[in-house]
Amino acid sequence: MSAALPLSAASGANALLERLPVVLRDGLLGYLPESLRWIVSGLITIAALLAVFGLLFAYLTLAERKLLGRIQNRPGPNRTGWFGLLQPFADAVKALTKEDIVPREADAVLHYLAPVVLVALSLMGFAVLPFGRLLVPVELDSAVLYFFAAGAATELAVFMAGWASRNKYSLLAAMRALAQLISYELPLLLSFVPVIMLAGTLSTTEIVTAQGGWTLGFLPHWHVLTPWGFAGFVIFMIAALAESNRSPFDLPEAESELIAGHLTEYSGFKYALFFMAEYFGMCALSGMAVTLFLGGWQAPCAFLEFIPSYAWFGAKLLALLFGFIWIRATLPRLRMDQLTRLAWKFLVPLALINLGTAAFWFLTAGWSGPLQLVRWAVAVALVVVPFLLLGRRLTAGVAPRTYRYAT
Amino acid sequence: MLGTGLIKGLAVTAKNLVGSYHDPARYTTVEYPEVKPPLPEAYRNFPFLVSESADDPMGTLRCVACQICEKECPPQCIYIEKSKDKKPDAAGKLQIYPTVFAIDTSVCMSCQICVEVCPFDSIKMDQVYEVATPGRYGDLLLNREQLAKSNAYYHQIRPTEAAEVDGRLAAERKAAEEKAKAAAAAKAALPPKPAAPSPAAKLPDESRRSPQGEGGAAKPPAEGAQP
Repeated sequence: MSAALPLSAASGANALLERLPVVLRDGLLGYLPESLRWIVSGLITIAALLAVFGLLFAYLTLAERKLLGRIQNRPGPNRTGWFGLLQPFADAVKALTKEDIVPREADAVLHYLAPVVLVALSLMGFAVLPFGRLLVPVELDSAVLYFFAAGAATELAVFMAGWASRNKYSLLAAMRALAQLISYELPLLLSFVPVIMLAGTLSTTEIVTAQGGWTLGFLPHWHVLTPWGFAGFVIFMIAALAESNRSPFDLPEAESELIAGHLTEYSGFKYALFFMAEYFGMCALSGMAVTLFLGGWQAPCAFLEFIPSYAWFGAKLLALLFGFIWIRATLPRLRMDQLTRLAWKFLVPLALINLGTAAFWFLTAGWSGPLQLVRWAVAVALVVVPFLLLGRRLTAGVAPRTYRYAT
Repeated sequence: MLGTGLIKGLAVTAKNLVGSYHDPARYTTVEYPEVKPPLPEAYRNFPFLVSESADDPMGTLRCVACQICEKECPPQCIYIEKSKDKKPDAAGKLQIYPTVFAIDTSVCMSCQICVEVCPFDSIKMDQVYEVATPGRYGDLLLNREQLAKSNAYYHQIRPTEAAEVDGRLAAERKAAEEKAKAAAAAKAALPPKPAAPSPAAKLPDESRRSPQGEGGAAKPPAEGAQP
């Protein structure tokens, strides 16, 4: 985690908390010879990431079960420990002590490799996320590009798992996963192109700094608060749901159709690794959404800046993750054709139009006074009108559904 | 408009999420080991033997070891051994009693046929459901002592049915007593007749029949009236 920005940005009591992780790391490095410092520094970063996101994964599973329970008017797990707080550890022990079964016909090497590769690839995304003002694991000029390349590679591991299992359900699920990837990679990438256009950089830290500052001290300059940014954010989150195989796009592991999809032939800790990878992917994509659209580690109001930047990042991340769980608790699963139709006939055109909106926004940056209102009106119209028109076309002939027997 | 349905759905789930925290009445579940929901009266699982008193269950079993249930049991899970001697039952009458009465609950299918065939209302369906045991064979074979439960317990689990059974038994006992009195009076009036005492002696036994045997319970007085 290199000190990316000058510390002058942080001030007062904030500075201490803000610098604390870096100070701790540098203190540890002080005991080591100069030649070892660079590698140990990297290892500490990796260990910190694994610890933080490992724990987040553990408690995210619990939070998900609790929230789903509450939404279904039941208490959720509450037996292990206080309010069920030890449940993740009980689950981990259970997963570790289970028998690890490899089908006789399976490709043993690939079968073993798939969960490992999946977790490794889904962890790679965290390397370029700016978790705080000073907490950027790796500073890359093309961080966004790297992030989505690593994210797309996880589908390879899913296909590996499906192919190696030698099971029709696993293979079907893997095929679905690939179809889904191809469908949703495009809107996902197109949705944040405006951000890169306007920020003029692929570096995540610079994208976050571009969103700094406030109008009147409380209106943050986050991309999500512009017409094109809002549209981009919504498209990004829909595509992110699909990319992380979450409901309502969880076709690859549709229990009612495919047993457990590509997880069918996995048991014990390998199964847990798949879940870990799913949650890591979800966290990484949410973190990227926070970085690209929600102002990264920036505080929403000027007077709230005393709270350290990584806390703001964490709060925004958790809010998005809550959204993921909320959506999972609400929406039924899409059918394969509905899934691809939504991507190709709706999200991709909207994302393309959004490029034009962003271009308009960029070109009219100099407008002021009443022209500002015109700028907003035109940009909002550019977002809303295509949404309404495309939405009408998308649902024409399929909605509303009539039920002959049920009421 | 596209998306309004999604928002409506999200609102429903959000309402549930918030509602379940401040309104416990929304809960669709109970926390089982601590809270046990009341069972419907008709719920049945495994038979038990009715004893008149909780203090002396073995001495007050209604069962007279007639073995009808043993013979009728479809999966053959009941095993009965009759006593050689007779003991007074709750009404004070000498009866044969079961020295061994065992039900293999690993075989029992809770069909209630034993209850329906019993002429003495001595076996009834229980409402147990926490019947797990560490032993696979021995522990599931319930003996006489484990099967015996008091009439008070029967009243507790099935109040209406138990009240009906009690009322019928009391009425039958009363009828039997009156019959015996009448027979005794007749005997006193006509001492030389030797045939009269034997049907009169049989009467209390016959009159203790349950609804399945009600035809039988109705007949003996008629037969007894004839001689």
